[in-house]
Amino acid sequence: MSLNPQTATEPVVEFSAVSLGYGDFTVLRDIDMTVQPGQVVAMMGGSGSGKTTLLRAATGQITAQSGAIRVFGRDIADMDENALRAARQRMGVLFQQGALFTDLSVFENVAFPLREHTKVSEEQIFERVLSKLDAVGLRAAAHLNISEVSGGMARRVALARAIVLEPELILYDEPFAGLDPISLAITAQLIRSLTDKLHCASILITHDVAESFTIADHVYMVGQGRMIAGGTPQELAQSKDLFVRQFLDAQPDGPIAFNYPETPAFTRWLSRRTGGRS
Amino acid sequence: MTAPIKAISALGSRVRRDITGLGSSMRLFCALLARSGVALRRPGLVSQQVHFIGNFSLLIIAVSGLFVGFVLGLQGYYTLTRYGSEEALGLLVALSLTRELGPVITALLFAGRAGTSLTAEIGLMKAGEQLAAMEVMAVDPIRRVLVPRFWGGVIAMPVLAAVFSMVGVLGGWIVGVLLIGIDPGVFWSQMQNGVDVIDDVLNGVIKSLVFGVAVTFIALHAGWTAKATPEGVSRATTKTVVSGSLVVLGLDFVLTALMFG
Repeated sequence: MSLNPQTATEPVVEFSAVSLGYGDFTVLRDIDMTVQPGQVVAMMGGSGSGKTTLLRAATGQITAQSGAIRVFGRDIADMDENALRAARQRMGVLFQQGALFTDLSVFENVAFPLREHTKVSEEQIFERVLSKLDAVGLRAAAHLNISEVSGGMARRVALARAIVLEPELILYDEPFAGLDPISLAITAQLIRSLTDKLHCASILITHDVAESFTIADHVYMVGQGRMIAGGTPQELAQSKDLFVRQFLDAQPDGPIAFNYPETPAFTRWLSRRTGGRS
Repeated sequence: MTAPIKAISALGSRVRRDITGLGSSMRLFCALLARSGVALRRPGLVSQQVHFIGNFSLLIIAVSGLFVGFVLGLQGYYTLTRYGSEEALGLLVALSLTRELGPVITALLFAGRAGTSLTAEIGLMKAGEQLAAMEVMAVDPIRRVLVPRFWGGVIAMPVLAAVFSMVGVLGGWIVGVLLIGIDPGVFWSQMQNGVDVIDDVLNGVIKSLVFGVAVTFIALHAGWTAKATPEGVSRATTKTVVSGSLVVLGLDFVLTALMFG
Protein backbone atom coordinates (compact mmCIF):
# COMPACT_ATOMS: atom_id res chain seq x y z
CA MET A 1 0.00 0.00 0.00
CA SER A 2 1.46 3.37 -1.03
CA LEU A 3 1.41 5.96 1.76
CA ASN A 4 0.82 8.89 -0.59
CA PRO A 5 -1.79 9.35 -3.31
CA GLN A 6 -0.49 9.22 -6.91
CA THR A 7 -1.73 12.22 -8.91
CA ALA A 8 -0.40 14.47 -11.65
CA THR A 9 -1.32 17.90 -10.21
CA GLU A 10 1.08 19.91 -8.06
CA PRO A 11 0.44 19.29 -4.37
CA VAL A 12 -0.76 22.18 -2.19
CA VAL A 13 1.21 20.79 0.75
CA GLU A 14 4.12 18.40 0.52
CA PHE A 15 6.23 17.03 3.38
CA SER A 16 9.45 15.24 2.32
CA ALA A 17 11.34 13.30 4.99
CA VAL A 18 10.37 15.89 7.59
CA SER A 19 11.31 15.64 11.25
CA LEU A 20 9.53 17.94 13.67
CA GLY A 21 9.94 18.73 17.33
CA TYR A 22 10.49 21.27 20.05
CA GLY A 23 14.00 22.02 21.33
CA ASP A 24 15.95 18.79 21.56
CA PHE A 25 12.83 16.60 21.49
CA THR A 26 11.71 15.18 18.15
CA VAL A 27 7.98 14.54 18.02
CA LEU A 28 7.77 13.08 14.50
CA ARG A 29 10.45 11.78 12.11
CA ASP A 30 10.63 11.02 8.40
CA ILE A 31 7.17 12.28 7.55
CA ASP A 32 6.20 12.10 3.89
CA MET A 33 2.83 13.49 2.97
CA THR A 34 1.15 15.17 0.02
CA VAL A 35 -2.15 16.99 -0.17
CA GLN A 36 -3.67 17.75 -3.57
CA PRO A 37 -6.24 20.43 -4.49
CA GLY A 38 -9.80 19.20 -4.03
CA GLN A 39 -8.74 16.56 -1.51
CA VAL A 40 -9.83 16.08 2.08
CA VAL A 41 -6.92 14.50 3.91
CA ALA A 42 -7.48 13.22 7.43
CA MET A 43 -4.54 13.13 9.78
CA MET A 44 -5.29 10.69 12.56
CA GLY A 45 -3.50 9.54 15.66
CA GLY A 46 -3.83 9.38 19.39
CA SER A 47 -3.59 12.31 21.78
CA GLY A 48 -0.07 13.75 21.90
CA SER A 49 0.98 11.89 18.74
CA GLY A 50 2.06 15.10 17.01
CA LYS A 51 -0.91 15.86 14.74
CA THR A 52 -1.10 19.51 15.78
CA THR A 53 2.68 19.77 15.37
CA LEU A 54 2.19 18.83 11.72
CA LEU A 55 -0.38 21.60 11.34
CA ARG A 56 1.96 24.11 12.96
CA ALA A 57 4.68 23.10 10.52
CA ALA A 58 2.36 23.49 7.53
CA THR A 59 1.48 27.05 8.63
CA GLY A 60 5.11 28.01 9.30
CA GLN A 61 4.65 28.39 13.06
CA ILE A 62 7.50 25.93 13.62
CA THR A 63 10.32 24.93 11.31
CA ALA A 64 11.34 21.41 10.40
CA GLN A 65 14.34 19.92 12.22
CA SER A 66 15.15 18.20 8.93
CA GLY A 67 13.51 17.60 5.55
CA ALA A 68 11.49 19.99 3.41
CA ILE A 69 7.95 21.33 3.72
CA ARG A 70 6.56 22.78 0.51
CA VAL A 71 3.38 24.86 0.59
CA PHE A 72 1.86 26.15 -2.67
CA GLY A 73 4.96 24.86 -4.44
CA ARG A 74 7.52 26.74 -2.31
CA ASP A 75 9.75 25.50 0.46
CA ILE A 76 8.47 27.17 3.61
CA ALA A 77 12.03 27.41 5.02
CA ASP A 78 13.02 29.64 2.07
CA MET A 79 10.11 32.04 2.52
CA ASP A 80 10.83 35.49 3.94
CA GLU A 81 8.30 37.29 6.13
CA ASN A 82 6.36 38.71 3.17
CA ALA A 83 6.24 35.41 1.29
CA LEU A 84 5.07 33.60 4.42
CA ARG A 85 2.37 36.22 4.96
CA ALA A 86 1.26 35.85 1.32
CA ALA A 87 1.11 32.06 1.71
CA ARG A 88 -0.87 32.38 4.95
CA GLN A 89 -3.39 34.61 3.21
CA ARG A 90 -4.20 31.62 1.01
CA MET A 91 -4.83 29.40 4.06
CA GLY A 92 -7.65 29.13 6.56
CA VAL A 93 -7.02 27.57 9.94
CA LEU A 94 -9.50 26.26 12.48
CA PHE A 95 -7.67 26.20 15.81
CA GLN A 96 -8.14 23.47 18.37
CA GLN A 97 -9.40 25.94 20.99
CA GLY A 98 -11.15 28.19 18.46
CA ALA A 99 -8.88 31.18 19.26
CA LEU A 100 -11.76 33.58 18.73
CA PHE A 101 -11.21 37.24 19.54
CA THR A 102 -13.04 37.72 22.81
CA ASP A 103 -13.37 41.50 22.40
CA LEU A 104 -15.31 41.09 19.14
CA SER A 105 -18.82 39.78 18.50
CA VAL A 106 -19.55 36.59 16.54
CA PHE A 107 -20.16 38.70 13.41
CA GLU A 108 -16.95 40.71 13.81
CA ASN A 109 -14.89 37.57 14.42
CA VAL A 110 -15.99 36.12 11.10
CA ALA A 111 -15.62 39.50 9.40
CA PHE A 112 -12.07 39.92 10.76
CA PRO A 113 -10.14 38.28 7.86
CA LEU A 114 -12.30 40.16 5.33
CA ARG A 115 -11.61 43.50 6.97
CA GLU A 116 -7.88 42.79 7.25
CA HIS A 117 -7.22 41.33 3.82
CA THR A 118 -9.84 42.69 1.43
CA LYS A 119 -11.29 46.02 0.46
CA VAL A 120 -14.84 44.77 -0.03
CA SER A 121 -17.70 47.07 0.92
CA GLU A 122 -19.48 46.89 4.25
CA GLU A 123 -22.55 45.54 2.46
CA GLN A 124 -20.55 42.69 0.91
CA ILE A 125 -18.92 41.93 4.27
CA PHE A 126 -22.37 41.76 5.81
CA GLU A 127 -23.64 39.34 3.15
CA ARG A 128 -20.56 37.11 3.13
CA VAL A 129 -20.35 36.86 6.90
CA LEU A 130 -24.04 36.04 7.29
CA SER A 131 -23.78 33.44 4.52
CA LYS A 132 -20.86 31.70 6.26
CA LEU A 133 -22.62 31.89 9.61
CA ASP A 134 -25.69 30.42 7.91
CA ALA A 135 -23.56 27.55 6.61
CA VAL A 136 -22.54 26.65 10.17
CA GLY A 137 -26.08 27.22 11.48
CA LEU A 138 -25.29 30.35 13.46
CA ARG A 139 -26.85 33.14 11.40
CA ALA A 140 -29.06 34.14 14.30
CA ALA A 141 -26.07 34.25 16.67
CA ALA A 142 -24.28 36.97 14.68
CA HIS A 143 -25.01 39.66 17.26
CA LEU A 144 -23.81 37.67 20.29
CA ASN A 145 -20.58 38.24 22.15
CA ILE A 146 -18.09 35.38 22.25
CA SER A 147 -18.68 35.03 25.99
CA GLU A 148 -22.35 34.31 25.24
CA VAL A 149 -21.83 31.29 22.97
CA SER A 150 -21.22 27.71 24.06
CA GLY A 151 -18.00 25.78 23.35
CA GLY A 152 -19.55 23.91 20.42
CA MET A 153 -20.98 27.12 18.96
CA ALA A 154 -17.58 28.83 19.34
CA ARG A 155 -16.03 26.04 17.28
CA ARG A 156 -18.58 26.60 14.54
CA VAL A 157 -17.88 30.36 14.61
CA ALA A 158 -14.17 29.56 14.28
CA LEU A 159 -15.01 27.30 11.35
CA ALA A 160 -16.97 30.12 9.67
CA ARG A 161 -13.98 32.44 10.20
CA ALA A 162 -11.56 29.87 8.74
CA ILE A 163 -13.58 29.57 5.52
CA VAL A 164 -14.78 33.15 5.05
CA LEU A 165 -11.97 34.05 2.63
CA GLU A 166 -12.59 30.81 0.71
CA PRO A 167 -8.91 29.82 0.93
CA GLU A 168 -7.00 27.34 -1.21
CA LEU A 169 -5.86 25.35 1.82
CA ILE A 170 -7.94 24.83 4.94
CA LEU A 171 -6.47 23.23 8.04
CA TYR A 172 -8.92 21.96 10.62
CA ASP A 173 -7.52 21.11 14.06
CA GLU A 174 -10.03 18.81 15.78
CA PRO A 175 -13.11 20.25 14.04
CA PHE A 176 -15.43 17.66 15.60
CA ALA A 177 -14.36 18.06 19.23
CA GLY A 178 -17.17 19.19 21.51
CA LEU A 179 -19.88 19.01 18.85
CA ASP A 180 -23.20 17.26 19.33
CA PRO A 181 -23.98 14.44 16.83
CA ILE A 182 -26.10 16.65 14.56
CA SER A 183 -23.56 19.51 14.44
CA LEU A 184 -20.82 16.93 13.92
CA ALA A 185 -22.51 15.37 10.88
CA ILE A 186 -23.34 18.80 9.40
CA THR A 187 -19.77 20.07 9.99
CA ALA A 188 -18.31 16.97 8.32
CA GLN A 189 -20.55 17.44 5.30
CA LEU A 190 -19.70 21.16 5.23
CA ILE A 191 -15.97 20.36 5.10
CA ARG A 192 -16.56 17.95 2.22
CA SER A 193 -18.84 20.26 0.25
CA LEU A 194 -16.55 23.28 0.74
CA THR A 195 -13.58 21.30 -0.52
CA ASP A 196 -15.52 20.21 -3.59
CA LYS A 197 -16.99 23.66 -4.24
CA LEU A 198 -13.79 25.66 -3.80
CA HIS A 199 -11.53 22.87 -5.11
CA CYS A 200 -9.32 23.64 -2.12
CA ALA A 201 -7.17 21.25 -0.13
CA SER A 202 -8.38 20.35 3.33
CA ILE A 203 -6.31 18.82 6.10
CA LEU A 204 -8.35 17.43 8.90
CA ILE A 205 -6.67 16.70 12.20
CA THR A 206 -8.89 14.40 14.16
CA HIS A 207 -9.29 11.17 16.04
CA ASP A 208 -12.90 10.76 15.06
CA VAL A 209 -12.66 7.63 12.87
CA ALA A 210 -16.28 7.28 11.71
CA GLU A 211 -16.84 10.84 10.53
CA SER A 212 -13.44 11.39 8.94
CA PHE A 213 -13.59 8.07 7.06
CA THR A 214 -16.92 9.22 5.59
CA ILE A 215 -15.57 12.43 4.07
CA ALA A 216 -11.80 11.90 3.58
CA ASP A 217 -10.14 11.02 0.27
CA HIS A 218 -6.95 9.98 1.97
CA VAL A 219 -6.08 9.18 5.56
CA TYR A 220 -2.70 9.34 7.27
CA MET A 221 -2.07 7.84 10.68
CA VAL A 222 0.71 9.00 12.95
CA GLY A 223 1.96 7.44 16.16
CA GLN A 224 5.13 6.22 17.82
CA GLY A 225 6.87 9.34 16.46
CA ARG A 226 6.38 8.43 12.78
CA MET A 227 3.88 7.98 10.00
CA ILE A 228 2.31 4.60 10.66
CA ALA A 229 0.05 4.26 7.66
CA GLY A 230 -1.54 6.11 4.78
CA GLY A 231 -4.18 5.27 2.21
CA THR A 232 -7.80 5.66 1.26
CA PRO A 233 -10.35 5.04 4.03
CA GLN A 234 -11.25 1.73 2.34
CA GLU A 235 -7.61 0.63 2.24
CA LEU A 236 -7.10 1.47 5.89
CA ALA A 237 -10.36 -0.16 6.90
CA GLN A 238 -9.14 -3.42 5.35
CA SER A 239 -5.58 -3.07 6.65
CA LYS A 240 -4.14 -5.90 8.72
CA ASP A 241 -1.43 -3.65 10.14
CA LEU A 242 -1.39 -4.01 13.93
CA PHE A 243 -1.06 -0.23 14.55
CA VAL A 244 -3.96 0.56 12.21
CA ARG A 245 -6.17 -2.18 13.65
CA GLN A 246 -5.49 -1.12 17.24
CA PHE A 247 -6.39 2.51 16.48
CA LEU A 248 -9.43 1.83 14.30
CA ASP A 249 -10.83 -0.87 16.56
CA ALA A 250 -10.01 1.15 19.72
CA GLN A 251 -8.19 -1.81 21.31
CA PRO A 252 -6.45 -1.03 24.61
CA ASP A 253 -3.64 -3.52 23.92
CA GLY A 254 -1.34 -3.32 20.94
CA PRO A 255 1.79 -1.67 19.56
CA ILE A 256 0.56 1.90 20.15
CA ALA A 257 1.86 2.92 23.56
CA PHE A 258 -0.52 4.56 26.00
CA ASN A 259 2.34 6.11 27.95
CA TYR A 260 3.83 9.45 26.94
CA PRO A 261 7.38 8.84 25.65
CA GLU A 262 10.36 9.85 27.79
CA THR A 263 12.03 13.07 26.59
CA PRO A 264 15.55 14.39 27.34
CA ALA A 265 13.93 17.11 29.46
CA PHE A 266 12.16 14.44 31.55
CA THR A 267 15.39 12.45 31.94
CA ARG A 268 17.22 15.57 33.18
CA TRP A 269 14.35 16.41 35.56
CA LEU A 270 14.29 12.84 36.90
CA SER A 271 18.04 12.83 37.33
CA ARG A 272 17.86 16.10 39.32
CA ARG A 273 15.03 14.75 41.49
CA THR A 274 16.72 11.45 42.24
CA GLY A 275 20.27 12.77 42.39
CA GLY A 276 21.27 10.52 39.48
CA ARG A 277 20.17 7.30 41.24
CA SER A 278 17.74 6.15 38.49
CA MET B 1 32.16 25.41 42.59
CA THR B 2 33.08 27.64 45.54
CA ALA B 3 30.60 30.14 46.96
CA PRO B 4 32.25 33.35 45.61
CA ILE B 5 32.52 31.89 42.10
CA LYS B 6 28.90 30.79 42.29
CA ALA B 7 27.87 34.33 43.33
CA ILE B 8 29.89 35.91 40.48
CA SER B 9 28.44 33.40 38.04
CA ALA B 10 24.88 34.15 39.24
CA LEU B 11 25.53 37.90 38.96
CA GLY B 12 26.94 37.49 35.45
CA SER B 13 23.97 35.40 34.40
CA ARG B 14 21.57 37.99 35.87
CA VAL B 15 23.32 40.89 34.09
CA ARG B 16 23.32 38.95 30.83
CA ARG B 17 19.62 38.16 31.20
CA ASP B 18 18.80 41.80 31.96
CA ILE B 19 20.78 43.03 28.94
CA THR B 20 19.02 40.49 26.73
CA GLY B 21 15.68 41.62 28.17
CA LEU B 22 16.52 45.26 27.51
CA GLY B 23 17.55 44.41 23.96
CA SER B 24 14.34 42.55 23.24
CA SER B 25 12.30 45.43 24.76
CA MET B 26 14.07 47.88 22.47
CA ARG B 27 13.41 45.62 19.49
CA LEU B 28 9.70 45.56 20.36
CA PHE B 29 9.69 49.35 20.80
CA CYS B 30 11.36 49.85 17.39
CA ALA B 31 8.92 47.37 15.82
CA LEU B 32 6.04 49.35 17.32
CA LEU B 33 7.34 52.62 15.87
CA ALA B 34 8.17 51.07 12.50
CA ARG B 35 4.64 49.69 12.16
CA SER B 36 2.91 52.85 13.39
CA GLY B 37 1.72 53.76 9.89
CA VAL B 38 -1.40 51.70 10.57
CA ALA B 39 -2.42 54.33 13.14
CA LEU B 40 -2.70 56.88 10.32
CA ARG B 41 -4.21 54.50 7.77
CA ARG B 42 -6.84 53.16 10.16
CA PRO B 43 -7.48 55.93 12.71
CA GLY B 44 -10.62 54.11 13.84
CA LEU B 45 -8.47 51.50 15.58
CA VAL B 46 -6.66 54.21 17.57
CA SER B 47 -9.81 56.17 18.43
CA GLN B 48 -11.37 52.94 19.79
CA GLN B 49 -8.41 52.60 22.11
CA VAL B 50 -8.45 56.27 23.11
CA HIS B 51 -12.07 55.69 24.09
CA PHE B 52 -11.30 52.46 25.93
CA ILE B 53 -8.21 53.76 27.73
CA GLY B 54 -9.21 57.39 28.18
CA ASN B 55 -12.93 57.25 28.78
CA PHE B 56 -12.78 54.41 31.26
CA SER B 57 -10.00 56.16 33.25
CA LEU B 58 -11.81 59.48 33.29
CA LEU B 59 -13.78 59.00 36.50
CA ILE B 60 -10.86 57.95 38.70
CA ILE B 61 -8.68 60.72 37.22
CA ALA B 62 -11.34 63.40 37.75
CA VAL B 63 -12.19 62.34 41.31
CA SER B 64 -8.49 62.12 42.24
CA GLY B 65 -7.87 65.54 40.67
CA LEU B 66 -10.70 67.05 42.71
CA PHE B 67 -9.38 65.70 46.01
CA VAL B 68 -5.79 66.65 45.23
CA GLY B 69 -7.11 70.17 44.46
CA PHE B 70 -8.95 70.22 47.81
CA VAL B 71 -5.80 69.22 49.68
CA LEU B 72 -3.63 71.69 47.76
CA GLY B 73 -6.14 74.43 48.59
CA LEU B 74 -6.04 73.63 52.31
CA GLN B 75 -2.31 72.99 52.67
CA GLY B 76 -1.42 75.91 50.42
CA TYR B 77 -3.64 78.29 52.35
CA TYR B 78 -2.18 77.34 55.75
CA THR B 79 1.39 77.64 54.45
CA LEU B 80 0.82 80.90 52.56
CA THR B 81 -0.94 82.61 55.52
CA ARG B 82 2.32 82.26 57.48
CA TYR B 83 3.89 84.65 54.99
CA GLY B 84 0.78 86.75 54.49
CA SER B 85 0.47 85.83 50.85
CA GLU B 86 -2.71 83.73 50.79
CA GLU B 87 -3.86 85.61 47.68
CA ALA B 88 -1.23 83.58 45.79
CA LEU B 89 -3.20 80.37 46.47
CA GLY B 90 -4.57 80.18 42.91
CA LEU B 91 -1.06 80.42 41.50
CA LEU B 92 0.30 77.78 43.87
CA VAL B 93 -2.51 75.33 43.04
CA ALA B 94 -2.19 75.89 39.29
CA LEU B 95 1.62 75.61 39.18
CA SER B 96 1.68 72.50 41.38
CA LEU B 97 -0.87 70.82 39.16
CA THR B 98 0.38 71.78 35.70
CA ARG B 99 4.08 71.28 36.41
CA GLU B 100 4.08 68.20 38.67
CA LEU B 101 1.01 66.68 40.18
CA GLY B 102 -1.14 66.61 37.04
CA PRO B 103 1.28 64.63 34.86
CA VAL B 104 2.74 62.47 37.66
CA ILE B 105 -0.41 61.41 39.51
CA THR B 106 -2.27 60.89 36.24
CA ALA B 107 0.54 58.63 35.03
CA LEU B 108 0.54 56.65 38.30
CA LEU B 109 -3.23 56.23 38.18
CA PHE B 110 -3.01 55.41 34.47
CA ALA B 111 -0.52 52.61 35.21
CA GLY B 112 -2.90 51.17 37.80
CA ARG B 113 -6.12 51.54 35.82
CA ALA B 114 -5.46 51.44 32.07
CA GLY B 115 -1.96 49.89 32.17
CA THR B 116 -3.06 46.79 34.04
CA SER B 117 -6.06 46.25 31.80
CA LEU B 118 -3.85 46.56 28.70
CA THR B 119 -1.40 44.02 30.12
CA ALA B 120 -4.12 41.59 31.14
CA GLU B 121 -5.85 41.94 27.76
CA ILE B 122 -2.70 41.21 25.75
CA GLY B 123 -1.62 38.43 28.14
CA LEU B 124 -5.02 36.73 27.91
CA MET B 125 -5.04 37.10 24.12
CA LYS B 126 -1.71 35.30 24.14
CA ALA B 127 -2.97 32.60 26.51
CA GLY B 128 -6.09 32.10 24.35
CA GLU B 129 -3.95 31.67 21.19
CA GLN B 130 -5.55 34.79 19.73
CA LEU B 131 -2.18 36.34 18.85
CA ALA B 132 -0.99 33.08 17.27
CA ALA B 133 -4.27 32.89 15.35
CA MET B 134 -3.71 36.40 13.99
CA GLU B 135 -0.23 35.50 12.86
CA VAL B 136 -1.50 32.42 11.04
CA MET B 137 -4.20 34.59 9.44
CA ALA B 138 -1.33 36.70 8.03
CA VAL B 139 -2.24 39.57 10.34
CA ASP B 140 0.71 41.07 12.19
CA PRO B 141 -0.34 41.22 15.89
CA ILE B 142 2.13 44.04 16.61
CA ARG B 143 0.53 46.16 13.91
CA ARG B 144 -3.07 45.16 14.63
CA VAL B 145 -3.07 44.86 18.43
CA LEU B 146 -0.10 46.72 19.94
CA VAL B 147 0.21 49.81 17.71
CA PRO B 148 -3.39 51.08 18.19
CA ARG B 149 -3.18 50.52 21.95
CA PHE B 150 0.20 52.23 22.15
CA TRP B 151 -0.94 55.38 20.35
CA GLY B 152 -4.27 55.28 22.16
CA GLY B 153 -2.38 55.44 25.46
CA VAL B 154 0.03 58.12 24.27
CA ILE B 155 -2.86 60.33 23.10
CA ALA B 156 -5.05 59.68 26.15
CA MET B 157 -2.39 60.50 28.75
CA PRO B 158 -1.99 64.30 28.16
CA VAL B 159 -5.75 64.68 27.83
CA LEU B 160 -6.28 62.88 31.13
CA ALA B 161 -3.51 64.96 32.75
CA ALA B 162 -5.23 68.14 31.50
CA VAL B 163 -8.55 66.93 32.97
CA PHE B 164 -6.78 66.14 36.25
CA SER B 165 -5.24 69.63 36.41
CA MET B 166 -8.50 71.38 35.47
CA VAL B 167 -10.54 69.53 38.07
CA GLY B 168 -7.70 70.06 40.57
CA VAL B 169 -7.82 73.84 40.01
CA LEU B 170 -11.57 73.65 40.51
CA GLY B 171 -10.97 71.78 43.80
CA GLY B 172 -8.51 74.45 44.94
CA TRP B 173 -11.08 77.14 44.04
CA ILE B 174 -13.84 75.37 45.98
CA VAL B 175 -11.68 75.21 49.13
CA GLY B 176 -9.91 78.56 48.73
CA VAL B 177 -12.75 80.74 47.46
CA LEU B 178 -15.98 79.03 48.51
CA LEU B 179 -14.96 77.56 51.86
CA ILE B 180 -12.12 79.81 53.13
CA GLY B 181 -13.26 83.02 51.49
CA ILE B 182 -10.31 84.21 49.41
CA ASP B 183 -11.29 86.88 46.90
CA PRO B 184 -12.17 85.09 43.61
CA GLY B 185 -10.77 87.92 41.47
CA VAL B 186 -7.38 87.66 43.23
CA PHE B 187 -7.45 83.84 43.00
CA TRP B 188 -7.91 83.82 39.21
CA SER B 189 -5.81 86.89 38.36
CA GLN B 190 -2.76 85.60 40.29
CA MET B 191 -3.11 82.36 38.36
CA GLN B 192 -3.41 84.15 35.00
CA ASN B 193 -0.38 86.34 35.69
CA GLY B 194 1.85 83.64 37.15
CA VAL B 195 1.27 80.63 34.90
CA ASP B 196 3.33 80.66 31.71
CA VAL B 197 1.91 78.75 28.77
CA ILE B 198 5.30 77.55 27.51
CA ASP B 199 7.26 77.09 30.75
CA ASP B 200 4.50 75.58 32.82
CA VAL B 201 1.64 74.24 30.70
CA LEU B 202 3.66 73.04 27.69
CA ASN B 203 6.32 71.44 29.88
CA GLY B 204 3.56 69.65 31.77
CA VAL B 205 2.11 68.40 28.48
CA ILE B 206 5.57 67.19 27.37
CA LYS B 207 5.97 65.36 30.67
CA SER B 208 2.63 63.62 30.32
CA LEU B 209 3.44 62.65 26.71
CA VAL B 210 6.72 61.06 27.86
CA PHE B 211 4.90 59.28 30.70
CA GLY B 212 2.27 58.13 28.21
CA VAL B 213 4.92 56.55 25.98
CA ALA B 214 6.69 54.92 28.96
CA VAL B 215 3.69 53.56 30.84
CA THR B 216 1.80 52.34 27.77
CA PHE B 217 4.88 50.62 26.38
CA ILE B 218 5.65 48.98 29.74
CA ALA B 219 2.05 47.71 29.94
CA LEU B 220 2.09 46.34 26.38
CA HIS B 221 5.54 44.79 26.78
CA ALA B 222 4.52 43.08 30.03
CA GLY B 223 1.46 41.57 28.33
CA TRP B 224 3.39 40.62 25.19
CA THR B 225 6.09 38.80 27.14
CA ALA B 226 3.76 37.34 29.80
CA LYS B 227 3.76 33.60 30.32
CA ALA B 228 0.57 32.27 28.76
CA THR B 229 -0.86 31.08 32.09
CA PRO B 230 -3.13 32.71 34.71
CA GLU B 231 -0.11 33.08 37.00
CA GLY B 232 1.96 34.60 34.19
CA VAL B 233 -0.73 37.18 33.40
CA SER B 234 -1.10 38.02 37.09
CA ARG B 235 2.66 38.58 37.43
CA ALA B 236 2.69 40.71 34.30
CA THR B 237 -0.03 43.04 35.59
CA THR B 238 1.86 43.49 38.86
CA LYS B 239 5.00 44.23 36.86
CA THR B 240 3.13 46.92 34.93
CA VAL B 241 2.15 48.79 38.10
CA VAL B 242 5.54 48.45 39.82
CA SER B 243 7.78 49.16 36.81
CA GLY B 244 5.40 51.77 35.39
CA SER B 245 5.25 53.72 38.66
CA LEU B 246 9.01 53.60 39.27
CA VAL B 247 9.79 54.66 35.71
CA VAL B 248 7.32 57.57 35.97
CA LEU B 249 8.92 58.81 39.20
CA GLY B 250 12.45 58.44 37.79
CA LEU B 251 11.57 60.13 34.52
CA ASP B 252 9.82 62.94 36.41
CA PHE B 253 13.02 63.74 38.27
CA VAL B 254 15.06 63.77 35.05
CA LEU B 255 12.50 65.86 33.14
CA THR B 256 12.07 68.32 36.02
CA ALA B 257 15.85 68.77 36.23
CA LEU B 258 15.99 69.40 32.47
CA MET B 259 12.97 71.71 32.27
CA PHE B 260 13.12 73.71 35.45
CA GLY B 261 16.66 73.12 36.69
